[in-house]
Amino acid sequence: MKKKLLALMLSAVMVFGLTACGGGAASEDAGSADTAATDEGGAAASGDLIKVGIINNDPNESGYRTANDKDMKEMFTAENGYEASFAYSLKNDEQITAAQKFITDGVDYLLLSAADTAGWDTVLKDAQDAGIRVILFDRTIDAPDSLYEASIVSDMAQEGKTAVDWLASQGLDEYKVIHIQGVMGSAAQQGRSGALDEKVAAESNWSIVTQQTAEWNAEKAQQIVQSVIDSGESFNVIYAENDDMAKGAVAALDKANISHGVGKDVIVMGFDCNKWALEELLAQNWNYDGQCNPFQASYIDEIIKTIESGGSVSEKTIIMDEKGFDATTITQEDVDNYGI
Amino acid sequence: MSQAKQTANKGSFSLSKIVRNQIFIPIAALLLLALFNLIIDPTFFKVTLGYNSAGDPVLSGYLMTILDYGSELAILALGMTLVTAASGGQDISVGAAIAIAGSVILRVLCGTNSRPEEMQAPVIVAFLIACVVSMLFGAFNGALVAFFKIQPMVATLILFTAGRSIAAWINNNELPIISDPSFAVYGGFIPGVPIPTPFFIAMICVLVTALALKFTNLGLYTQAVGINESSSKLNGLNPAFIKFLSFVLLGLCVAVAGLIKVSRLSSINYSVIAKDIEMDAILAVALGGNSLSGGKFNMTASILGAYVIQFLTTTLYKFNVQSDALPAYKAVVVIILVVMSTPKAREILQSIGQKLKRTERTVA
Repeated sequence: MKKKLLALMLSAVMVFGLTACGGGAASEDAGSADTAATDEGGAAASGDLIKVGIINNDPNESGYRTANDKDMKEMFTAENGYEASFAYSLKNDEQITAAQKFITDGVDYLLLSAADTAGWDTVLKDAQDAGIRVILFDRTIDAPDSLYEASIVSDMAQEGKTAVDWLASQGLDEYKVIHIQGVMGSAAQQGRSGALDEKVAAESNWSIVTQQTAEWNAEKAQQIVQSVIDSGESFNVIYAENDDMAKGAVAALDKANISHGVGKDVIVMGFDCNKWALEELLAQNWNYDGQCNPFQASYIDEIIKTIESGGSVSEKTIIMDEKGFDATTITQEDVDNYGI
Repeated sequence: MSQAKQTANKGSFSLSKIVRNQIFIPIAALLLLALFNLIIDPTFFKVTLGYNSAGDPVLSGYLMTILDYGSELAILALGMTLVTAASGGQDISVGAAIAIAGSVILRVLCGTNSRPEEMQAPVIVAFLIACVVSMLFGAFNGALVAFFKIQPMVATLILFTAGRSIAAWINNNELPIISDPSFAVYGGFIPGVPIPTPFFIAMICVLVTALALKFTNLGLYTQAVGINESSSKLNGLNPAFIKFLSFVLLGLCVAVAGLIKVSRLSSINYSVIAKDIEMDAILAVALGGNSLSGGKFNMTASILGAYVIQFLTTTLYKFNVQSDALPAYKAVVVIILVVMSTPKAREILQSIGQKLKRTERTVA
């Protein structure tokens, strides 16, 4: 009986192990299929393709990541002279393992969007010793900048400042803001919150009605705004740190018949420029959407070309151009070009 | 004199009977919360009739919010109570399973295009397909628990881990959005009816469950299996099948909750939809005074428990408690409940009660 139990438990562990891998593999499927395809292409064509190993976060994480991954896959193809391998994980240790694998595989470039800022020193030194060049994209890490060639990032604080400046330019007599924050401590939250907090502290006619984190979650944002509406407090701005949360907030407004959008009672602001969000802007249901640029591939391509042709990269940290869209000036073209 | 004493005894007897009654716990919690809000801010109970942006009458106020959001939890609590009673464990994959059910509904409604102008299939068809899919996943969990005798929490950990990836895969990782306003009815309001639709959906589910418990042996068999598996087997029941069935029924509840969830926003976010809802559902069962290790259960108490949880959540939101700290508050409630329900705690309580009685007697 005891043996049976042990056997059962062991098999349970095995089944679980399998499925756990299965979960991860589901998201890696597309990537590995791609790798296989490029491998064949590479073998058929010639050996002088540039080998890049790309370590990214799980594309399921958000619309931003999906767009980012798609951009990478479109850029690093055999036609463009690359042989790319992809690895995805939201966990730092798994990403480090993937990096070690790429180093033993002997890639030329390691492109990295780190899940966590810490713990990369050793593996990047290994890469340097093996003559592999490292380029960071989207996320920075806590490591001496001699360990990587360049880092292509968004300036979240600048995104927040652009948005707050836009809001200030609206010339309201009084700003009563519902501030819906992302996951506390994330770079996007800190940057986007920082600008607004500063402004509210500086101006006497700016006040925060409520400041809550909805953790990027539309449902939570809806409940938070619902709670303010139920309390009867008045407000005229919703500053949501991403589009999903702005959508949740708007759902609560609609339920209470509070008008929102251009020339209406409440100004709605979002971030990330999802396509559907820009369409809301185009329909003037929302007022503002700040871009968080996921298209780093062309910047990376440029850097690799520079290095390959013997040049050197002058700036270690490259900050991407990011726009903010106003509902009164946005065009269908913008939606098509910048929507993710 | 003796008569007076007798009635006093009778009074205390009935009081202790009430306290011992299972439904006392959620009612006491509800009254405590209501009292707290009444003292701090009586406007909490204000309900106003207004009109939404579509021009339909809607009731609004904190109480309506509780009725609205508590309903999906009540639906989940129905299934979770059965699973808990039969298997003596909990299903922690309901959040991920809701993501799957919601994804299936949107997939069927959207067809091949992720942003259709109008729905490609009737909502009822999409819902029924989601029911089948959810019940299959429930059956998967149920089979692991019932036939392979894996701990329910470990067995459902599989779907808990993989579920959201599966949900994303169902829609090719795209973000479907339904623009047809008629789809928003299930998580909003039926035109002309000022009470939120989820409440009606929950009441239908409750009614169906009540009828099933009254006219079938489901309740009796579930409790029998939960209390003593081997003796119920000796009495001709099939414990494995009963456990399996409870997980399949939970799958059905998940599909209903999934419909409400995706209807609220007419869209889905795979990684955060119904996040942490398993904790609330389990808490509802615990708050209903049901033993988390299986056996006897009280469905009414679980349903009431679900609304009490939402009452707590709404109260915390009202007082601007940071929303990422909410789980901590709920965890405190869970700890108190679980500790209170252990035999050791009961023993201590009983001895305190007896001591009180003794002192009463000596005073008398």
